[in-house]
Amino acid sequence: MENNAVNTPIDPKQIPGWGVDADPKNDPTYPMRARMNVAQDPDPKHRPDSLQPLEVEKLRSIERPNVSAVYGTTVPPMGLSGAIRRLAFKYSENRYRHWLPLIVADRVQVVEGVLGDLVHGKVPNIWAEKGYDMEWKHNRSAFVTKMATIAALTAGTIIWLSAGKKKNSYEAKGRYKSAARPR
Amino acid sequence: MLAMEYRGPKRVRAVQKPMPEIKHPQDAIVRVLRTCICGSDLHLYNGNVPDTRVGSTFGHEFIGEVVEVGSEVTKVKTGDRVIVPFNIACGECHFCRQGMFGNCHESNTEATAVGAIFGYSHTAGGFDGGQAEYARVPYANVGPTIIPEGMDLDDAVLLTDVVPTGYQAAEMAGIQPNDTVVVFGAGPIGIMAARCAWLFGAGRVIIIDKEEYRLDFARNYSYCEAYNFEEIGDPVVFIKKITDWIGADVVIDAVGAEAAGNAMQTITGRKLLLQAGSATALHWAINSVKKGGVVSIVGVYGPTDNLIPIGNVLNKGLTIRGNQSSVKRLLPRLIEHVQNGVLNPKGLITHRLPLEEVADGYRMFSAKLDNNIKTVLLPPSVTL
Repeated sequence: MENNAVNTPIDPKQIPGWGVDADPKNDPTYPMRARMNVAQDPDPKHRPDSLQPLEVEKLRSIERPNVSAVYGTTVPPMGLSGAIRRLAFKYSENRYRHWLPLIVADRVQVVEGVLGDLVHGKVPNIWAEKGYDMEWKHNRSAFVTKMATIAALTAGTIIWLSAGKKKNSYEAKGRYKSAARPR
Repeated sequence: MLAMEYRGPKRVRAVQKPMPEIKHPQDAIVRVLRTCICGSDLHLYNGNVPDTRVGSTFGHEFIGEVVEVGSEVTKVKTGDRVIVPFNIACGECHFCRQGMFGNCHESNTEATAVGAIFGYSHTAGGFDGGQAEYARVPYANVGPTIIPEGMDLDDAVLLTDVVPTGYQAAEMAGIQPNDTVVVFGAGPIGIMAARCAWLFGAGRVIIIDKEEYRLDFARNYSYCEAYNFEEIGDPVVFIKKITDWIGADVVIDAVGAEAAGNAMQTITGRKLLLQAGSATALHWAINSVKKGGVVSIVGVYGPTDNLIPIGNVLNKGLTIRGNQSSVKRLLPRLIEHVQNGVLNPKGLITHRLPLEEVADGYRMFSAKLDNNIKTVLLPPSVTL
């Protein structure tokens, strides 16, 4: 059962700042624009005067008519993952065929990233990138257990698959022999 | 310059990247003084946010010193030290003019459902973030707010997200005097939401999590009751029981997509990505709030679908509110609270790491190692 002993009752009025922002008008169903004293609906067509020049390929949601006045320029689409992303952006944010290809593209780009590192002569330091030093330092026994489990499962899977291949190979031989054997 | 770089799920590193440049007349470049790892960064780190591209730099919680400004920037100048709200807002679109600075329509080309956020995937605009030595800050006339004289930089960096998001969670809940408030999630945002609930006059604040060290922290920092959901049986029944079988007036979901506690949600939401994350906390929130109550969502979910008991929302007559925090709108009040000693943001910080050790920082936060609550990353040019 719950550990109630450590939950000692407290008088809220003793807490610094208790009630300083209490507002009986803070009704969650009260429109935000009314709370902000916006006299009328702001013009939805209004745009900032200056627009960021389009210097990189920018994929655009088809739920808007234009590129936003400022935009991020990091990691434009490229390679196979980029092609998948371009395909995804043919569909609206309302469709799985927008989001699922983006998730696939993210995974494809992980492989592209490793290959890119290798092409540039850099072998990714997976141990460091995953921060395993922290696990080793603060969570060693659980970490070792987890790694041993993964290693055992991986080894087991490899052995099982290899055994399957051998069996298939015997069966193939057997079939060959039995077919050749005179009845 | 040195910057964090995403390489794939649970893989990040610190690398040398080109310096950011002015791309728009209202841009500024800041030299980062403090930057944090946020709980919502873990959704990116775990590869759960679509269009998170390898090579991106994360980081939406940062403060810095302005080192360069575009030709139209008038509100800040070189040398100013600024709080940079995590959302990028133009200040003049249909939504910004309603105070919805977290929903700006002129900063994110890739998606209309979310405003732009620094370092938060291309779904949130494709901007590099502040886990770097320098960062490009668009709309420098709108977002960046000068750090008041005498304010501790550790307090200032938590005003970029943690404090306003926790505060807005309580604000959106429409807490009335003596309300019972339940907060799911004792991460930094949940702890801050529990603390801020008192400012709106809550009569009782309860926080639910499964990490004992976080519950202990919350009891002390947020003056609240704290319970471990692994020890209380069905959390919904437990909350009903301790609220005279009525339910809480208000429930805040400060967990989002990484929630534990329900195997089906975890497998379909976090492992198989068949949902936009695990909606366990939201499920519990809907079922444990009283009829006619309010559920306030600040935990982050992905852009697709989640399994939640929407029928109960109808049958119980609930109000559900959620949003990315409108940091710019809230900053003046929150700066007052920090200066008056009502809020103590830096009390959340448990770890400080050099930016070079960013991978260790993510692992520590993700795996909840060494009683980690909040990590601040320090770029090499910063000396304490």
